[in-house]
Formats: sequence, structure tokens, C-alpha cells
Amino acid sequence: MSSTATTVAQSAPSTANGPASAGAADSTPTGTETGPASEPPAVDYSGYKLVPAKHPGRWVGTVLVALGVAAVLWSLATNPRWEWGVVAQWFTAQSVVNGLIETLKLTAISGALGFILGFVLALMRLSASPLLVGVSWTFSWIFRSTPLLVQLLLWYNLGYLYEKVSLGIPFTDVRFFEVQTTTLISQFAAAVLGLTLNQAAYSAEIIRGGILSVDQGQLEAAAALGIPAWRRSTRIVLPQAMRAILPTAFNEIIGLVKGTSIVYVLAYSELFYTVQVIYNRTQQVLPLLLVATLWYVVITSVLSVFQYYIERHYSKGAVRKLPDTPLQKVRRFFATHAPVDRKTR
Amino acid sequence: MSTAVTETPTTAPAAPAAGSPAATRGHVQITDVRKTYGATEVLKGVSLIVPPGGVAVIVGPSGSGKSTLLRTINHLEKVDGGYITIDGELVGYRLRGNKLHELREKDILKQRTDIGMVFQNFNLFPHLTALENVAEPPVVAQGRSKEEARKRALELLDRVGLKDRANAYPRQLSGGQQQRVAIARALALNPKILLFDEPTSALDPELVNEVLDVIRELATSGTTLIIVTHEMGFARDVADTVVFMDEGQIIEQGSPQEIFTNPREPRTRSFFSKVIEPAFNI
Repeated sequence: MSSTATTVAQSAPSTANGPASAGAADSTPTGTETGPASEPPAVDYSGYKLVPAKHPGRWVGTVLVALGVAAVLWSLATNPRWEWGVVAQWFTAQSVVNGLIETLKLTAISGALGFILGFVLALMRLSASPLLVGVSWTFSWIFRSTPLLVQLLLWYNLGYLYEKVSLGIPFTDVRFFEVQTTTLISQFAAAVLGLTLNQAAYSAEIIRGGILSVDQGQLEAAAALGIPAWRRSTRIVLPQAMRAILPTAFNEIIGLVKGTSIVYVLAYSELFYTVQVIYNRTQQVLPLLLVATLWYVVITSVLSVFQYYIERHYSKGAVRKLPDTPLQKVRRFFATHAPVDRKTR
Repeated sequence: MSTAVTETPTTAPAAPAAGSPAATRGHVQITDVRKTYGATEVLKGVSLIVPPGGVAVIVGPSGSGKSTLLRTINHLEKVDGGYITIDGELVGYRLRGNKLHELREKDILKQRTDIGMVFQNFNLFPHLTALENVAEPPVVAQGRSKEEARKRALELLDRVGLKDRANAYPRQLSGGQQQRVAIARALALNPKILLFDEPTSALDPELVNEVLDVIRELATSGTTLIIVTHEMGFARDVADTVVFMDEGQIIEQGSPQEIFTNPREPRTRSFFSKVIEPAFNI
């Protein structure tokens, strides 16, 4: 073996004295003595089959996790104490469905109102007026520091603090309209008030963050083109801010769905309270909690699907090519894996 | 204001560009404009006149106030002193009594539709296609019909050589293509004046020329152009007037011939010796 050999097959010429590397040199099919030493010998690899690397660790991990999942599913299916029969019996019972509707109603109303108010608060926080900034900041500060439970009880017991609510001229005795607080604040009103104000405090920050994430140059370009302020917000800034807002906003909405269950303290018959009432009567605590849980899972799943498509809509132009929807993926799978007779032209 | 005799603006000596239709609109007069950021004075009394259809190229070292001056022309930047008029109309202000009152946002936006601007970083709207970027402003800012705006946008995209990319989103375009769309967008409002803020500084070297070619074509169209750039060869080629700025002041202005080959001021000479010599020493 010549000392000048620098071929690919002999990567360590300096250790050529070692038995291992000498053996390797012997078994190398391309002798270095043929051809000029400075050029690697031309070898034709075209006839060989490619063998991908093997990952035994991955296989072991997959099997272990699969066993674990199977064990959990098996116990869920076979342990009689889950009482799936009871779950099935109550899952679509009229009272449970009514509770579910109340939960959806609370979520929709407080979610919508909360995000609208949050949008206003975010704009206030970004305004040039120190008073508007201060009020918005204080609102978020108070409602984010108070436990939701306390807020709900406070609203419900507002009648204790203020006997009557009236509309009139401040600091005079003129009253246009006066009503007993207890008749004004029903359980539903207290629940919506508490959830909305709490939600607004959080969504204000989410929306503000989204607006801040849009490049200042976008606003400048829009202003230079003479686009009016309202259209600048709705057509230029918000569509871009939505990309940053949406994931967190859906987190919040999903949190709100389950957050409505806290309204049970007002004895308001939403899903969770309804289920409690039933299991207090029938003593089937766990199965009925499962009923509520399954419904929450269903709502969250539906929301996640919405989230996927809405986020996809707003990613227009942000990515070079939109990813396929699951439906498109399925279609493509069947198009490429179609039976042979359909593929032949 | 009548006392500011010392700052008499000097009219650019150049005749209207050859071949341009006798331009009658887009006369820009900048008079003693001052601007401070905190303690730094960025513009120390700048005066400049660009005649209708003229092409003024502003050059100078970074931080000399070139971009700030450009941004005061469409009131993206408020002036602290002095004034700017376009065809005799004050920009951003209205004279009432003996005071200049700042216009309401609505009126400023209306003025801006006469002044197109092209940015260093393009600032195309990434969520709109090239066509939508060009067609949107005339609809929203000037109340044109969508159909008309779309038709005009396609013409403009054709003019900058991008008709076939009309439905692409900005991120699917190269930097040079994006800047050409941005130029088409600025043209869509049919402005009297076009401002270019270092239009090629964010581009790869091989993409610079496709943008400069478009601007060159505009220079003969009768629109007044005010261009801030570092491309000296281009400045020499396209400008009627070259304006050299340093430390917030106009040091010297004149025809490209005068400024590039025979600058009077030592500061101008020293700047050009740094930015031009290497190209000629090959």
C-alpha cells in the first residue's frame, strides 16, 4: 500500500500498520495500485439495492407504548365499575342534553361578548390616551387577579351590596329608571357577567399581542397609500394578527367550555350542575361524571376541527404553500393508491 | 416665515427629462424643514425644489437624514419647523389666521393618494396576492370600482413585467419581484409624485437591476420622482438633480455631471471618493 493513497476506501492511511486496517485494506475490492494514486478509482454502484438504516430502539418503544395503550383500553372496556351501561343510559337523557345546551349557550354568549369587549380593551390599551391605557390596564389587572369563583359569587350577591340599580343623573335625585338588583341579576345574568368580564380581561391581552406582532411597516405602507384607519385595522392588521391570536384564542374558548362548569356554585343548571343533581339522587357518581366529561370531549373535538380550518384560512400568504386538509390527504392517498385498473390509461 | 431669506430654496437647474410629456403637476417645494428626535436634530433646515416631472436623487452617508426628509414629504413624519408644498398646496397643514393647523387624518390620507411611496422592505401586504395588493388601495382610498381597479392593476403588473404572477402571494415572489409589485401598487393611485426610500437596499445584487429598470422607465413618464439610494451609477444615469446630504443638511446639489465629476464641497468629494472610486479602479 503506497503512502500517498488518499482514496475514499482508505480513510486512515496513518494507521496502516494496525492489523484491523490492514485487513480492511486487503478486503477492499479496489486496489490502490491500479490507476494514479491521486484520483479515486471509479466504481459503479448502480446495480446495488438500497437498504434503509434499521431503528431497533424505535420498534421497542413502539411496542411498549402499544402494550400500555392496549392495557388501558382493556381495563376501560372490561372493568365493570366504569358502568358503561349507566353512561350510555344518561348520555342522551333529556335533562343532560338540556344542561349541555345551557353550557353551549353560556360559552357562546360569554365567549363572543368577552372577545368583543377584549378587542375594545386591546384598542384602548394601544391608544395614545393615558387615561384609556390606564383604564384598560386596571380592568385586566383586577379581573385577572380575582378568582372566577369570587367574581361569580360577587355578581350574584350584588343585591347585598347595592339594593337597587337605577339610571339617572349622577349626584342628583333624578331617576329615569330603577329596579331591584335581585330581579335584574338572575343566575344566568350573574354567570354571563362573571364569565364575560373574566374572559375579556384575558382576550384583551391575546388580541393586543396579536396586533403588536404585525410589522409596523404594514401600517406605514397602508397609511402612505391613503387607506383609512378603520380599513387599516380590519383589512391589513387584523387578518395578519389573527395568525398570532387564533391558537391562544381557541385555548381560551376551550378553557371557557369547561370553565362554565364553575357556574354550578350559582345552582345554574348547566351540564355539570345537572350531572351533579342526578348523581346525588342515583349515587352513580363516576359514570355520571364520565357523561359530562365525554360531552366536554365532544365539544373540544368539534372546536379543534373549527380551529384547524380557521387557522388554515388565515395562513393564506404566510406560508408558501398551504398544507393539505385531512380530507385532501385522504383523497390524495386514494388517488395514488388507486387500484391498478383505474390507474391504467 | 417671510424673514427666512437665508434659506431661499434653489431651483434645480436641470431641464425636464428628455422625451417626457410636458409635466404640469408634481411640483415639490421643501422649505426650511426641521426635525428633531429627542436631543438629536435630524433635519437642520432643509430646502429643496423639484420641478414637475423632475427626478431628484438624494445621496449621502447613513444617518444623514435622507429617509427622514423623504418621509416628511407625505407626512409620515411630522415636521418640527418649515413646510412642504406640492403644487402650491401645503402638505399636512392648513393655514388659518397666522397659524398652520395640522389637518385631520381624513384629509392627510387624501393628500397621500397623490404621493406614492416605495419602501426599502417593500411592505407588501403578505395576506393579499400581488393583484390584490395593487387593486386594494384605489378601491379603499379613492372609491374606485373593484372591476376598474382590477383592470388597472393588471395593466400595472404588466408594465412591471409581472402579469403572469398576479395571483402569487408576496412570499412566493423574489425580492426584486416584490419590489416591482410595490412600485405597481404605488402607481395604482395615479400619484403626482413617487418617493423611493432605498428601493434596492434589501435586494440581492443580481436583482437590483430589474427594479432599477422599472424606475428608469418611470423617470421618463412625467411623474416627479424623489429617490433615496446608494446606487451611484443609477443616480448618475437617471437623475436631473443629485442632492448630497450630510448631518441633516443639504451640502450640495446640482446635475449629476457637476456633483459626481466636479463636486465643490470637500465633504461631497470625500464621500464620493469612498463610494465611487472602487468601481472605477478596476
